[in-house]
Amino acid sequence: MGPDSVEVQVHPGQRRPPWGKRLLMTGTLGWFGILVLFPVAALLVEGLGSGPQAFINGLKGEAAAKAFNLTLWTTLLAVVINTLMGLLLAILLVRHKFPGKTLFDGIVDLPFAVSPVVTGFMFIVLFGPQGFLGRWFEAGGMKIVFAVPGIVLVTLFVTLPFVTREVVPVLREMGREPEEVAYTLGASKWLTFWKVTLPTIRWGLIYGVTLTIARALGEFGAVLVVSGNIIKRTQTATLHIHQEFTDFNYQGAFSASIVLGGISFVLLLLTELWKRKQKHK
Amino acid sequence: MGILVKNLNKKFGDFTAVDDVSFEVEQGKLVALLGPSGSGKSTILRIIAGLEEPDSGAVYLTGEDATALPTQRRNVGFVFQHYALFKHMTVAKNIAFGLEVQKRPQNEIKNRVEELLDLVQLKGYENHYPSQLSGGQRQRVALARALAPKPKVLLLDEPFGALDAKVRQNLAGWLRQLHREVQVTSIFVTHDQEEAIEISDRIVVLNRGRVEQIGRPEEIYDKPLTKFVASFIGHANVIEAIVQDGKVLAGKDRIELPVSHALSESGEAVVLVRPEDIVIAKDASASELSASIVGIRYRGDVYELTLQMSEVTLHAVEEKLRYQQQNWGIGDRVQLHFNKFKFFYAEEGHDAIRERLHSLGYIE
Repeated sequence: MGPDSVEVQVHPGQRRPPWGKRLLMTGTLGWFGILVLFPVAALLVEGLGSGPQAFINGLKGEAAAKAFNLTLWTTLLAVVINTLMGLLLAILLVRHKFPGKTLFDGIVDLPFAVSPVVTGFMFIVLFGPQGFLGRWFEAGGMKIVFAVPGIVLVTLFVTLPFVTREVVPVLREMGREPEEVAYTLGASKWLTFWKVTLPTIRWGLIYGVTLTIARALGEFGAVLVVSGNIIKRTQTATLHIHQEFTDFNYQGAFSASIVLGGISFVLLLLTELWKRKQKHK
Repeated sequence: MGILVKNLNKKFGDFTAVDDVSFEVEQGKLVALLGPSGSGKSTILRIIAGLEEPDSGAVYLTGEDATALPTQRRNVGFVFQHYALFKHMTVAKNIAFGLEVQKRPQNEIKNRVEELLDLVQLKGYENHYPSQLSGGQRQRVALARALAPKPKVLLLDEPFGALDAKVRQNLAGWLRQLHREVQVTSIFVTHDQEEAIEISDRIVVLNRGRVEQIGRPEEIYDKPLTKFVASFIGHANVIEAIVQDGKVLAGKDRIELPVSHALSESGEAVVLVRPEDIVIAKDASASELSASIVGIRYRGDVYELTLQMSEVTLHAVEEKLRYQQQNWGIGDRVQLHFNKFKFFYAEEGHDAIRERLHSLGYIE
């Protein structure tokens, strides 16, 4: 036998995966298909099935516009504030020692652990007309709960951990050394932060922001409790969808759901695509 | 004068990292800070760079008191063990960073980057990202980045520690050459005595935050001033002994070692002999020490012999030619003579010394 005969030999695994592997693949993909793709498909079929005009009609009306408007502004505020605060918190947790650090590390995750409905009640207790802080705001003529400030506050609360949790590991992995090198090369602390630290942790930050946006757009429970669900005033997009659904206005509910879900989906997709492009550079 | 460090002290909590350390590095020289981990060598380097503040003491860079200066204004180049490259920047951008910070003209930056790429032999890699480079290449980028703004002094913290043996050796030799070309006053920290001996002009040996000895590599190797230096530099046989009636007796069988000191004090002691200082001869006459060969290992250029002298095990080396002339074999009885040795009283007791040497990895 010459050496040529060796080269034409094909590894058996490349020809046909063994039965166990095929079963595992089919089973796993099937499970995710049923769990994720089927519901999405069902929504798309129901929402778009009656034609594009019906879909657009479902979004018409002042209530829908106001709800989406409120959600977008709330999301924007949550992103700006929690990106800034989340970043500061991450730096504090990674770089500094302070008493009660371990406890604080746990507290950051609390918004993950607490049910959104409970979150809503906590804010009502605190900021309600009889609440510990609410009394003061009420006296000053400012309404917190059953008003827009309450919605913003609970959204800030439920999206608090995302940026911090995504940034902490990349910041820890980076260590102090790249920054220290920058100092020796004459860069000030501020310049070092912009030119070295931020670019190095940017993917953690971007993911954190993406998750913050997705959660802020989709929050329901906490907002429902704290907002009072007043149509055209304190109704966010998710509350609007729920309202339409309970009013048997299914087309409205489906159309709004598709728009809201679509925004989140496109956002995740863009982040992923952007990341791939960067990697190929 | 290049670098002067005066009476540096630094504590971290209860731990004394740097204990009254003073030394000087002449302009243009390459000096090694050598010591085991925890000996304070990296802390000293960080203090010189201004990355750490000393509790007391002073740092002078090219004659100026730099103790109060922030890192940014010390004009030092720093190279870390794990390179600390800016991952999001290309090789060229990494090297240019210090010049960009100083807002030098673009064409000057471009020329200087090219000059350095040439110097560190990375021409053609300017548009690569650090993740696309090998460890040795990354470390050369780090070096180029540190040298780009023409620093007054270059500080290297275990620069080859993360590389495998072959690359490390190449790079160490290359650094020596590079230093001859660039002539920048440099300090490099290492725990590898061979590296220190190979590439530095002078060595500062540190132990537990204190300077044990400062000298040229030959001085450190041939005339160690303390037993720590003797055992840390090079491989040494450590023979535990006791002193009695002016005689040095080794092991349980009380073999008298030919240690010709006038010793009046009795007590525990340690004798250190380097493998190359043990001379082996055939025909064990009763005159000196006799031992038997229990192991032979070929090490490329030399043979390493394991000798058993009663219950004391010694390592010796024989040059290839001599080994072949003598035709040594396992089981041969041989006669030993110590060309050179170091004798120390073991004030702390044998156990303490054994523990210390064990922690340094010199004995099993």
